[in-house]
Amino acid sequence: MALSDEFLLEMHRRMVRIRLFDERASKMVKRGHIPGTVHTSIGQEAQVVGACMALEDDDYMTGNHRSHGHPIGKGSPLGPLMAELVGKATGICKGKGGSLHLADFSVGSLGESGIVGSSIPIATGAGLSSQVLGNKRVSLAFFGDGAANQGCLYEALNLAGAWKLPVVYLCENNQYALSTPAHTVTSGRIADRAAGFGIPGVRVENGQDVLAVYEAVSEAVRRARAGEGPSLLEVVTYRYREHSEGLRINVDYRDEAERETWLSQDPITLFGRVLVERGVATADEVDALEKEIAEEVEESVRFTNESPYPEAEVAFEDLYTDPHTSEVVR
Amino acid sequence: MTQMTYIGAIGAAQREALTADERVVVIGEDVEANVYGTTGASRQRAEEGDFVQMFGKNRVRNTPISEEVIAGAAIGAAMTGLRPIVDLSYSSFLYLAMDQFVNQAAKSRYMFGGQASIPVVFRSAMFYSLNAGAHHADRPYPMFMNVPGLKVITPASPADAKGLLLSAVESDDPVLCFEAVPLWGTKEEVSEEEYRIPFGVARTVREGGDVTIVAISGSVMDAVAAADELAEEGISAEVIDPRTLVPLDSEAIVKSVEKTGRLVIAEPAHRTCGAAAEISAIVAEEAIHALRGPILRVTAPDMQIPFSPVLESLLYPTKEKILDAVRRVCGEAPQEKRSGEPKAYADAKDAPQ
Ligand SMILES: Cc1ncc(C[n+]2csc(CCOP(=O)(O)OP(=O)(O)O)c2C)c(N)n1
Repeated sequence: MALSDEFLLEMHRRMVRIRLFDERASKMVKRGHIPGTVHTSIGQEAQVVGACMALEDDDYMTGNHRSHGHPIGKGSPLGPLMAELVGKATGICKGKGGSLHLADFSVGSLGESGIVGSSIPIATGAGLSSQVLGNKRVSLAFFGDGAANQGCLYEALNLAGAWKLPVVYLCENNQYALSTPAHTVTSGRIADRAAGFGIPGVRVENGQDVLAVYEAVSEAVRRARAGEGPSLLEVVTYRYREHSEGLRINVDYRDEAERETWLSQDPITLFGRVLVERGVATADEVDALEKEIAEEVEESVRFTNESPYPEAEVAFEDLYTDPHTSEVVR
Repeated sequence: MTQMTYIGAIGAAQREALTADERVVVIGEDVEANVYGTTGASRQRAEEGDFVQMFGKNRVRNTPISEEVIAGAAIGAAMTGLRPIVDLSYSSFLYLAMDQFVNQAAKSRYMFGGQASIPVVFRSAMFYSLNAGAHHADRPYPMFMNVPGLKVITPASPADAKGLLLSAVESDDPVLCFEAVPLWGTKEEVSEEEYRIPFGVARTVREGGDVTIVAISGSVMDAVAAADELAEEGISAEVIDPRTLVPLDSEAIVKSVEKTGRLVIAEPAHRTCGAAAEISAIVAEEAIHALRGPILRVTAPDMQIPFSPVLESLLYPTKEKILDAVRRVCGEAPQEKRSGEPKAYADAKDAPQ
């Protein structure tokens, strides 16, 4: 797969965007600038970006509760996302979604779900509309290893398999569902479950390698677009931070040595090295790119700070499309 | 105009919708074989007018028995360019997809700040009064009235079934259509022209000046029969069918009560938090000064539905129960104090063995 230098740089750019955006969000939560809590994808950037960049711009994607990274990976600008986390009027969802419910339809992001597993059927339906309308768009559902135990995944795999829908089901196996280690509540391997539905099940062991993820997802996307049906991918990765920042979980459920091992495999550091080795950029250029992104993130914070909070009226908008019903139910 | 049954009118509406718009698809369990009689001109698969023959399997599809993904996939498809009509057959099966109805269909547009529109219709039939037992006899529409973001319709005549369903397909919001199986066989003249019945506009089925009977779904025919009999007794009853419960035409109801001063509400759902409870509250808030007597509800009791026909038939509103309520509220019946227990129940225990 010959990827252009520009494409590789864009991969790096998007991973760094997710990292710095989430680090900034995490700080803002601690300072009380973001209400509630945030679930960061710090440590998981390679699988987010590898998957999103295997999609075309007008392909669809659904996220879960840990999904600031997904729209960013799909190319969403940062300002409206950050403003949404704070609940500003300029937020991508006008301040009505917040961290758990980002959506950016302009980049094919059909929204996240705070209900674990619940967006999987939605992505399946996007695949159905592509098939009926014949527009060749592929849809990708992100979900965690915890969500992989929800029944709706299996209803979806069966339906998509039977109808050969162009859907990619991607399990981000960061090995924990909140505090619960995946292997203690999961029978067998998640990727192996695909066999029961007669569809490919692929486990990407090196989920910190953006190119490995990109390659696996590209193949699933190719199959989907060619009418060969869905695939189930399980990407092994790790989350560096707490399940939910702002929640203050004070129990140790992860081993320090385990964490160190994964930190030494940091996807952004690894890929920075790849860029230099391949002569795509010098080390200085990689640094400069990271600084550029840091400035982009700061700009999103400035944008957020300068934005007003929503008018009270907004609480009563967007429930229905038609004004009559909206009026009657108020 | 043609004579159409209620079920025939639903089939006609689906056919019109599929013909008019390529984006409309019908999905559900056993829709290809026209098992429930709404996806073909006749019940025979091989005969002409079968939906699969007319529109192809791309647009008329059997689903697996997987209510959660059926509902969710329809939502996702609706967000991305289709206008699905989902046949969920028995209304009892909606519970399996409750997450998709409540967390996705109802909330997505709002949560995403208006980025999503979800033009999907979920049809399901309430198979009550058919000795189907508790797992198949639900009338769950009130639960969904409690979920902002959904529209809820309960057509009670063939003409309304067709006109409301076509409006539902054209709505850009998720609509739950509850069809009453006891009404399936009812017939009336239905226009073959394209027509729509707007949401939020109640139908005054009978005009009258002494009492307002608001009746919902399968109770409409009982209310009309009661009104006919009351007319002979010299009581003039106005019968109103809201037709759509979300949005609800509370204005028409309040206006009628202001005219008649009395209100009886009849519906086949359970009593607690039913549509009748909501309508009672609206009238109490907005027209209490017009009331000349208590508001009375004729509903099913808060009880599961038993299998035995002898037991099941006791539980739903009937013409007699509506008559009884109207006479009481009009002061024509003995003013015995009602216990908390619904009357049908007391009768059940006393019923001859
Ligand atoms: C249906 C449901 N059950 C429980 C929760 C609470 N909860 C939120 S995230 C989470 C863990 C999810 O783990 P996983 O799917 O592996 O995703 P990860 O957080 O690891 O990215 C839980 C239990 C929820 N939001 N929804």
